[in-house]
Amino acid sequence: MSSHSTDQAAPAILAEVRPASIPRRELVENHRDFHWITEKICGIVEGKTPTWWWWCFGAAAFVASFTVSGLIYLVSTGVGVWGHANPVNWAWDIVNFVFWIGIGHAGTLISAILCLLRQKWRTSINRPAEAMTIFAVVCAAIFPVFHVGRIWFAVMPGYLFPFPNSNGIWQNFRSPLEWDVFAVSTYGTVSVLFWYIGLIPDLGTLRDRFTSTGNIVKARIYGFFAMGWRGSNRQWSNYEMAYLILAGIATPLVLSVHTIVSFDFAVSLIPGWHTTIFPPYFVAGAIFSGFGMVLTLMLPLRAIYRLEDVITQYHIDCMCKITLATGTMVGYAYSMEFFIAWYGANPYEGFAFINRAFGHYAWAYWIMITCNVITPQFFWFKSVRENTTLVWILCIFVNVGMWFERFVIIVTSLARDFLPSSWGYYSPSIVEIFTFFGTFGVFSFLFLLFIRFLPIMPMSEIKMVIPAADPHGADHH
Amino acid sequence: MSKIFPKSANALPLQIVIFLFVLGGVAAAGITYYATPAYLRVGYQPVQPVPFDHSLHAGQLGIDCRYCHASVEKSATSSVPAAQTCMNCHSVIKTTSPLLEVVRESYKTGDPVPWVKIHQAPDYVYFNHSVHVNRGVSCVECHGKVNEMTAVYHAKSHSMSFCLNCHRNPATFIRDPQDVFNLDSKTLAEQGRLADAQKFVHDWKVKPPQSCSGCHR
Repeated sequence: MSSHSTDQAAPAILAEVRPASIPRRELVENHRDFHWITEKICGIVEGKTPTWWWWCFGAAAFVASFTVSGLIYLVSTGVGVWGHANPVNWAWDIVNFVFWIGIGHAGTLISAILCLLRQKWRTSINRPAEAMTIFAVVCAAIFPVFHVGRIWFAVMPGYLFPFPNSNGIWQNFRSPLEWDVFAVSTYGTVSVLFWYIGLIPDLGTLRDRFTSTGNIVKARIYGFFAMGWRGSNRQWSNYEMAYLILAGIATPLVLSVHTIVSFDFAVSLIPGWHTTIFPPYFVAGAIFSGFGMVLTLMLPLRAIYRLEDVITQYHIDCMCKITLATGTMVGYAYSMEFFIAWYGANPYEGFAFINRAFGHYAWAYWIMITCNVITPQFFWFKSVRENTTLVWILCIFVNVGMWFERFVIIVTSLARDFLPSSWGYYSPSIVEIFTFFGTFGVFSFLFLLFIRFLPIMPMSEIKMVIPAADPHGADHH
Repeated sequence: MSKIFPKSANALPLQIVIFLFVLGGVAAAGITYYATPAYLRVGYQPVQPVPFDHSLHAGQLGIDCRYCHASVEKSATSSVPAAQTCMNCHSVIKTTSPLLEVVRESYKTGDPVPWVKIHQAPDYVYFNHSVHVNRGVSCVECHGKVNEMTAVYHAKSHSMSFCLNCHRNPATFIRDPQDVFNLDSKTLAEQGRLADAQKFVHDWKVKPPQSCSGCHR
């Protein structure tokens, strides 16, 4: 930047823009240096397995066994063990699918969109958020695959994936359910790649540290996955480019995946589903629920591993504000649905919404409104955002509310469609309840393995955002 | 830094990628070829309790299919004959043949001959014989040249694509209705009378369903 003489009055139109320097809050507090970051993150992997980890791991495995046994029972008996029946043929299975896939969106938003927008605060939270995304996709995928009952059809050529087959059938590419297969599988693949590419430099660090301490077995395992990372300039340059390209690929996925999930409903003709607001409304809801889950996971992690210096109050503020923004968007969408139901003057649509708020499932509707519209409004207050316990409790409400949102949308519309003769009431079976409950075990099981064996934060990226990475200061050349 | 991998490990990523591609290709090709009714069903020829010879009865003697499979024109199923049908002739022909002992036993007791079923339509498939044979679809289209089989075997795949092949283009497979039970006859298309076949399809309202619920009711 060329220097300007200061003794003249500045002209009304400057020759070039001179951005004001706005002091940003420190992303790593207490002036922690490179060494501290490495020791902190690697120490979690290298240290002895904590007792609490074993207890949590055992509990998670036990809860996960509910899902496993529920699914075994389903496959061996038939899909009738779930409570679906006419007219509600989509119920908890699709509710749970949308719930879990929505949670994943925060991870992709943090890793892709915030990366492209150069939001530096993403660095401390992107790794666990991406892990959350992948594990949430795993939990989500269980439900659509198993709700077909005879799951071997899901992998047979010609059913989900287009492949020549002896049934002479081909996918209906006009069906959003088929788009969903591609949306979710692409999403899963890109998320795994993104996560893995980001892990490579840190796996190289762990490999080198295990090599120097003589733990050759672990060095080999981490070394295998580090794929020969040496940290050379050329590798860093390729790495940065690969990461940027993947961020570019993943960015549209943040919007497309839940848009297509919403098409599963919006493209049908059921009152309450057949609305054009669904895609943006679902995406906002997905990011809302995802940030709720990120905070639910990050706050205990921060407390247990004493990570206050890298997950600072600034990070929590940022996440709370996104939760507030998306939660308010969701609230707007709820009211706009009602407005359009009245303004559209379609009696079925009007009935569907009045039925949601005051019908048989009104209890679910008001749980949804309380959790999703009222809860995030507390984040307007700084004192609330700074009370981590309260933030965590509010985020639990967000998680609950977003599950109920999907329940309300799916079940109320199906239970009361056009013909009163085909009305019904749906209650889940015990198998369904346990299968869903167990997915929290599956998720925790995977997440606990992640925090025990992988670097929970991208060391290299955190080092890039501390002042030591920029010793001369970006503004003074 | 001590070395933890041999130099050959440098080629490992490429080798793994190639291996996965080859594995995927082999698996896809294998499933496409082997996991099909055309491979798994065709040629199934179980040993029957009575070595009934279709090539002798339907071929040399020229007995009409409907003499034994009497309900084929009227019902969804093509009936397997009771021992009484066999005994119409065998009460006077080869009355002491040991090969026919099972038939005579069935005739006396009324217990059916334990034939082994060869062509098994799955429970989730609705198939009606009468609607096919009354619209010019010959036995031979699905069962092959039974009149030349010493022991019956599964001649055609009976896969869904096999059904759809005809359902999507019935005129190519239709015979003159009087040729339906003549397994040596040719389809109208084979006789160069495709226009007649198309007229038949139109006049006789041959509208084979292609929707899922046409067969999976």
